[in-house]
Amino acid sequence: MKLDLILRITTKLMLPFMLLFAFYVHFHGDFGPGGGFQAGVIAAATMILYALIFGLKAARRVAPRALIERMMPLGVLIYASAGLPALFMGHNYLDYGVLAHDPVHGHEWGILMIETGVFITVSSSMLAIFYAFVERGK
Amino acid sequence: MILLSLLAAVTLAIIAQRSLFGVVILSGAYSFLMASVLIVLDAVDVAMTEASVGAGISTVLLLSALYLTKTQESPPRQKMLAPLAVTLTTAAALVWGTQGLPQFGAADTPMHNHVGGAYLKKSVPETGVANVVSSVLADYRGYDTLGETTVILTAGLGVMLLLRGRRRKYDRKKKTRTKTGKTGKAGKAGKAGAGGKT
Repeated sequence: MKLDLILRITTKLMLPFMLLFAFYVHFHGDFGPGGGFQAGVIAAATMILYALIFGLKAARRVAPRALIERMMPLGVLIYASAGLPALFMGHNYLDYGVLAHDPVHGHEWGILMIETGVFITVSSSMLAIFYAFVERGK
Repeated sequence: MILLSLLAAVTLAIIAQRSLFGVVILSGAYSFLMASVLIVLDAVDVAMTEASVGAGISTVLLLSALYLTKTQESPPRQKMLAPLAVTLTTAAALVWGTQGLPQFGAADTPMHNHVGGAYLKKSVPETGVANVVSSVLADYRGYDTLGETTVILTAGLGVMLLLRGRRRKYDRKKKTRTKTGKTGKAGKAGKAGAGGKT
């Protein structure tokens, strides 16, 4: 793909905005459409575009497979552990009201926390599936 | 109406198409049309998911699956009568089932009078989150979303285990092994294409 100048330059221009949009979708999920899942998919799509244009080697330098494989369970762990404080303080599991002094704030924090977990798991899983397909084809 | 007839046209084109590459691209177009339909129905969150997953990621994944298999659909080995009968019966049952559905947009249906109203009223005072879809998914239905996240993790692990297995062992054995492996994968890709149609 070394000769495709237009594709390379356009991709370079688009990548930061795609990643920024992923984070916007993630952190603005309380007010606009979207959330951790969509943001994770968009972030994974950013990396896949990078891998398609610049090659698997370059993509592996940005997101090594060892990192991706650790991120997959990490997201689920973040999600699952977001419910634990409530459990220890005598409430129901995943009741985020105890995370802050004000229950409403606690819910907001809790939602952001589990969305982060979803984001990490979804983006790394999608990328891991893509890597698996591409590496198989070599 | 225009969107729905375009959807039908794309579906027919997918059925007529023999080249699997064309099928993948058309199913991406189908997903974008479906996302537009969902936007018209004011389901922006679902439309976003459909556009990014259905049109974006799954198109790339299907293309990379095609890279591993043949790109031409093999001609059918059996007669098409039995599948046709099954399909027609299912379609007839589904159309018959729509007769029992409430009028589109009617306010006095169970789905509008159960917990939906409570979520709409309580979301902002209880959670401070204005997007009710987010608060229902992440807060009121937190267990379900935890399960879904685990499902995604399991899917990723499953694909990695299937595709990253040692290949050299197969290559050393007889060619028949690799042949059956190839047809199996072609069938999988065909199935995924068929899944995009429904």
